[in-house]
Amino acid sequence: MSIAAPIRVDLQLIADMIEPGGRALDVGCGDGALLAYLVNFKRVDARGMELSQAGVNACVAGGLSVIQGDADTDLGDYPDDAFDYVILSQTLQATRDPREVLRQMLRVGKRAIVSFPNFAHWQVRVSLVFGGRMPETPSLPYKWYDTPNIHLCSIDDFRALCRDMGVVIERSIVLDSKSRPIHMPPLLANLFGEQAVFMLRR
Amino acid sequence: MLNDLTEAEGKALARCRYAVLGTERPLKLDCGVELGPYRVAYQTYGTLNAEKSNAVLICHALTGDQFVAEQHPVTGKEGWWESMVGPGKVLDPARYFIICANVLGACMGTTGPMARDPATGQPWNLRFPVVTVADMVRAQAALLDHLGIPDLFCVIGGSMGGMQVLEWAATYPKRVFAAVPIACAARHSAQNIAFHEVGRQAIMADPEWKGGDYRLHGTAPERGLAVARMTAHITYLSQAALQRKFGRNLQNRNALGFGFDADFQVESYLRHQGSTFVDRFDANSYLYITRAMDYFDLADAHGGVLAKAFTGTTTRFCSISFTSDWLFPTPENRAIVHALNAAAANVSFVEVETDKGHDAFLLDEPEMFRTLSGFLTGAASVRGLS
Repeated sequence: MSIAAPIRVDLQLIADMIEPGGRALDVGCGDGALLAYLVNFKRVDARGMELSQAGVNACVAGGLSVIQGDADTDLGDYPDDAFDYVILSQTLQATRDPREVLRQMLRVGKRAIVSFPNFAHWQVRVSLVFGGRMPETPSLPYKWYDTPNIHLCSIDDFRALCRDMGVVIERSIVLDSKSRPIHMPPLLANLFGEQAVFMLRR
Repeated sequence: MLNDLTEAEGKALARCRYAVLGTERPLKLDCGVELGPYRVAYQTYGTLNAEKSNAVLICHALTGDQFVAEQHPVTGKEGWWESMVGPGKVLDPARYFIICANVLGACMGTTGPMARDPATGQPWNLRFPVVTVADMVRAQAALLDHLGIPDLFCVIGGSMGGMQVLEWAATYPKRVFAAVPIACAARHSAQNIAFHEVGRQAIMADPEWKGGDYRLHGTAPERGLAVARMTAHITYLSQAALQRKFGRNLQNRNALGFGFDADFQVESYLRHQGSTFVDRFDANSYLYITRAMDYFDLADAHGGVLAKAFTGTTTRFCSISFTSDWLFPTPENRAIVHALNAAAANVSFVEVETDKGHDAFLLDEPEMFRTLSGFLTGAASVRGLS
């Protein structure tokens, strides 16, 4: 992995939310692109957790601190306030108990950063309402029977959960289908946003 | 301290360095005995840099020794970790100052049960104090003091070597920058203690063992030690690897012999493993070192909570396990990782897919080399090593 390699737009947005020099845990770190960026450009003490062993091995061989682990079961190992940030990018919808995962993230981290695909995006709505089929979109590319996404939600659903849990939303960024931030009232953002990034605290 | 060496010890000490320690400050063992003076035989590869920041300590396993990356002076075979250590390898002597010391209680030059008790002038044999993994590590720390090495860039080892790595990280956290425990556990399991007990009973049931005083009687419990080795060797392999390597193939014959010679290749292989082992290893040392592993329980020494062994640690850890290792299976290694997470330690964990069993850590496993190379390169850059 080249040190100057550009990273996915949503990962770049997450990286931009993080203050340099802190400590971060990336849950579901994949190939370690965000971790490497945080280590190299933000001097963050960044650790990763990844479900796939192949992903873990590639990260460690690249010099990153990563363990094999499951967001649903393994966050419980960490002590309170172990990290400044706990990051969950494009993974919340694939967890078994999203509410508990969020609770654990905000226990071990002073802040949680979460990104997820918006299930109320207009393409999703059109596909279901007029097509009568489960949606397949660029951000939700799976067939209904093989998708890892078992807990999809809309941006408004997520805001409601945060309210319900008493979690403070410090920042939220909604991205359109070209990954550009959009600035619209919540009702429209929930229609035109394809994904969202939230920064939360207790 | 060089009187009364066995032939193997003599050959070993002629080919490595040694330090006589504990003359003024004896080693306080876990069993309460104060041991001193004692000898530590060790080997080094590479050069210590001016900042003394590139030292790597390799901790060897139950039957390993200090001859990591060179022809063995007793067996004539290549070093036990030549796949890992050498020019262009993961641990390159051009970059690191690599040290490996024969553990306390062993038989390749470091003080063990075959030495003489300075108080009586008689061989210790079974009167040698029972040593622990922590005692082995204390002796290594004393060796580093003797060599003027304040701290280690890395401590690395597999199996019992991994236990020493954990002990190092828990006892001397400020002296360990990076720690690599491979294929090990924070405590020896009931099954592993059971296998060790079978091995010890085989040795002690050999009439030539003579209560441990075989050298005084001019005998050697070779059959018992060979059986111990044969049993242990099975635990180092996997069922799949044994089947792949030997199946039910016959040894130098076309039909079953209807007797108790080695009909099967696997029998012949194990007999060979047993008979070559007795040429390089001492039966009493085998008793002592297996006991040290049995006694190892890092959590027990920290109020029953493993994470407490690592509280506040700044050491960078990389733990590795192997899918087919049933002696130190992945969950045992993962328990260490969970404890390190609970201490918010910097830890990486990789499970390597292989059918080679526990012995995989000694073999050519490219995924292990890639992992360690990446981990050490990252750690070296943080340490400021070129």
